[in-house]
Amino acid sequence: MPAYTLTVNGKVHRVEVAEGTSLLWVLREHLGFTGTKYGCGIALCGACVIHIDSQPVRACVLNIEAVSQNQSITTIEGLSESGDHPVQRAWIEAQAPQCGYCQSGQIMQAAALLESNPNPSRQEIKSYMSSVLCRCGTYMRILKAVELAAEQQPQKES
Amino acid sequence: MEPSNPNIDRRQFLKTSSSVALFIGASGLLPQLVSCSDQKQMATLARTESLTAWVRLSEDGEMTVYNPAAEMGQGSMTSLPLLFAEEMDADWSRVRVEFAPQEAEIYGGEGWRPGTKLMFTVGSRTTNSYYTVMRKAGAQARHVLLYSAAKHWDVPLNELTTANGVVTHAGSKRQMDYGSLVPLLELPDPLAEIEEGDLKHPKEFQLVGKVIPRTEIPAKVDGSAQFAIDIRLPDMVYGVMERGNLHGATPTLTNESEIRTMDGVLKIVTLPYAIGIIASSLEQALEAKKHLKIDWSTSAASSHNSQEVYEVYEKMASKTKPGKILIQKGDVAAAMKKASKTYTADFRNDYVCHAQMEPLNAVVQVAADLQSADVWVGSQQGPDTKLGVPTILGIPPEKVNVHLQYLGGGFGRRSMNDFVEECTLLAREVAPRPLKLMWTREDDFTYGAFRPLSLQRIEAGTDSAGRLISFSHCVVGDGGNLVASGAANDHYDIPNQLAEWREASNGIRLKHWRAVGHGPNKFAIECTIDEIAHDQGIDPVAFRRKLMSDSPRALATLEKAAELSDWNGVTLPGRAKGVAFVEHGSLGTGICEISIDRDTGVIRVHNFWIALDAGVVVHPDNVRAQMEGGILMGMSSVLKEQITIEKGRVQQKNFNTYELLRMQEIPDTIETYLIDSEMHPEGVGETATPMVACAIANAFLKLTGKPLRHMPFTPDRVLEVLNS
Ligand code: FES
Ligand code: FES
Repeated sequence: MPAYTLTVNGKVHRVEVAEGTSLLWVLREHLGFTGTKYGCGIALCGACVIHIDSQPVRACVLNIEAVSQNQSITTIEGLSESGDHPVQRAWIEAQAPQCGYCQSGQIMQAAALLESNPNPSRQEIKSYMSSVLCRCGTYMRILKAVELAAEQQPQKES
Repeated sequence: MEPSNPNIDRRQFLKTSSSVALFIGASGLLPQLVSCSDQKQMATLARTESLTAWVRLSEDGEMTVYNPAAEMGQGSMTSLPLLFAEEMDADWSRVRVEFAPQEAEIYGGEGWRPGTKLMFTVGSRTTNSYYTVMRKAGAQARHVLLYSAAKHWDVPLNELTTANGVVTHAGSKRQMDYGSLVPLLELPDPLAEIEEGDLKHPKEFQLVGKVIPRTEIPAKVDGSAQFAIDIRLPDMVYGVMERGNLHGATPTLTNESEIRTMDGVLKIVTLPYAIGIIASSLEQALEAKKHLKIDWSTSAASSHNSQEVYEVYEKMASKTKPGKILIQKGDVAAAMKKASKTYTADFRNDYVCHAQMEPLNAVVQVAADLQSADVWVGSQQGPDTKLGVPTILGIPPEKVNVHLQYLGGGFGRRSMNDFVEECTLLAREVAPRPLKLMWTREDDFTYGAFRPLSLQRIEAGTDSAGRLISFSHCVVGDGGNLVASGAANDHYDIPNQLAEWREASNGIRLKHWRAVGHGPNKFAIECTIDEIAHDQGIDPVAFRRKLMSDSPRALATLEKAAELSDWNGVTLPGRAKGVAFVEHGSLGTGICEISIDRDTGVIRVHNFWIALDAGVVVHPDNVRAQMEGGILMGMSSVLKEQITIEKGRVQQKNFNTYELLRMQEIPDTIETYLIDSEMHPEGVGETATPMVACAIANAFLKLTGKPLRHMPFTPDRVLEVLNS
């Protein structure tokens, strides 16, 4: 079986898996980054959102061979050292999660939004976050949390 | 080593351990102190002594409280331990929470039948059924601490007070925190019984009813919260299954030899309804699944077409012979004859699917001798706390150890054990290797267990004063209580009522879906009420006000919701408000404000206001979260969700064909008012969802003069109604 090298949360990992294996299974089942979730496998639910070089991507539809060692993969486990990324703090303040299953994807999506657009309008948040499903219906609080995070993050010099 | 004598010198235990478990018998409340260095010993003791360990104390003041209920987002990891800590006067900041061992005899709440015990997180019963149990146990724990402190200081127990994890003797100005009491703990003999009257009055609550962050939320924002799907064990293999999309069909695998030679495939297992594959890795298992060539038999469902079956249901509803009587009050036939005006309408409800975000899965490890098993699962537990595993393996229940994990959504789907049983069947084949069974999202839809399709025929009559004097409600559908629940009108004063169920059978897998029959049945009831009010030119809130005259608690929710929503105020042009009342344990009135895009048929919900009477509210912020979630799940199902069946085959496979509500579609506000109450807490998880269909349809009626009577209100259906 071919071997691949990945950089996840700043560390280099080697895996042997069949060509065509989805990055989601590699992260979850082979490397143990189980914070990234499986929800649909066809890029429709966003439970598997991770960052590759700071861009939000859906691990479920990315094959292992499409990712190179030089690219930096960030999962929810690597978003912050101790769960205190502004988005994570806002999430706690808003008491956003219910079952919690979708929340890694929600948080990774929100972090990517604020990275590219530190002061999104409510409408921009809704449209950006609409690609991540939450069956428990936590959207009201997710919206609030993203707004809180936007307020709280250190204002970047432009 | 397990001690042979559970009554072994307790002081010895205490000396050798820095933490103790306080075992408290559910009957007789006989506590025991046991060192917690050995979990097994605790379990054995609990079993042999029929005592319950609710709390573990350590000398440093940390304490662990056990939660007997599943956590699927509804907040049991906080609300139940909070009740315990309240009566124990514990320092909440030092409380950790763990799932209780899955032993119903020990940790079960009151079962459906008196005298039985059940660990079963369903029907929004958790807080309701554990409210007294948890508080009594907490009070008993406090009593033991007080007793021990009194002995130690040699002062009368009744001179001691407790607060926030500290015992105080005001007279001698001495204080000791609970942790420091651990080495000094002694059991009173005989032990005082804690009666309901010994518990705090709701006015004295320090924790209950306050703003308390949920205990498990930090783990849910850093990826560390563990769901069963996240379990990885050494030497673990993977199982997947192809179950087809025709429920009840039998498979014949036609390319077995090809599949056998595929990479990683370890075994092929044939079930009466599925072909299972066991492989070394998940991707190998899924790859093999993709290549399966299966001939499927026909089944009882083969002739079922979900959109055509309504014709059959209408005919069934028209037969003169009634079905199973659910509710009978007065004489509807006689009342209808006397009525000065009569109304009849049919309401239709398509199948809906749970679509919980974590697809079904489990990990099971069967011992090499097949005589015991470990199960990791996110389950709403069940009438069988061991989830069917003992029966499959032919072993006693105590040989099965269930490790409950967080649930990535339940909504009723995880109160069914099919996936745990499947996992056990596969794991037995590879014992002692652990096996993770994964359902794909496609499996979840095509082999789902749906809220049944149903038809509600309502016939109602009013007298010359416009008073509703007769209400008959005929439910046609499959699944007994799955379609029949929620047909009662206990809070409306209607002198003659009849509710009956006529059974259909279509061979489709069915299951409780959040609020069960309440969704469809309240839809029919609440919309009929508005249609009558509309016809008679009466305001829907005023109409309900009269009907609720004998139900002050229900009426209070109506008045409050009307106030919150400024019911009588002016609405923006193009908008209208609709109201609905629902009882599901708790009582709630919901009012929504909508507008309609008349070109596309899209209904937009702008605001939702809820007034809820849930008795004592243990965890208010969480109740609000349940209202928000309940409304959004309701909107999703009412506006979008639909499983259709053609020739028995489920047509939806994934979120592209079964769309859920997305953030773009949420209302601007969902506002919840919690009515102050000292009554016993009632469930809140299923009260909001059934409000949605009725409130939206009633607003639609106000806006357009036309009724919506078929769920979901998809744009094409809305356009059809608008153009009719
Ligand atoms: S699992 Fe990747 S988007 Fe759903
Ligand atoms: S919190 Fe349960 S799916 Fe989002």
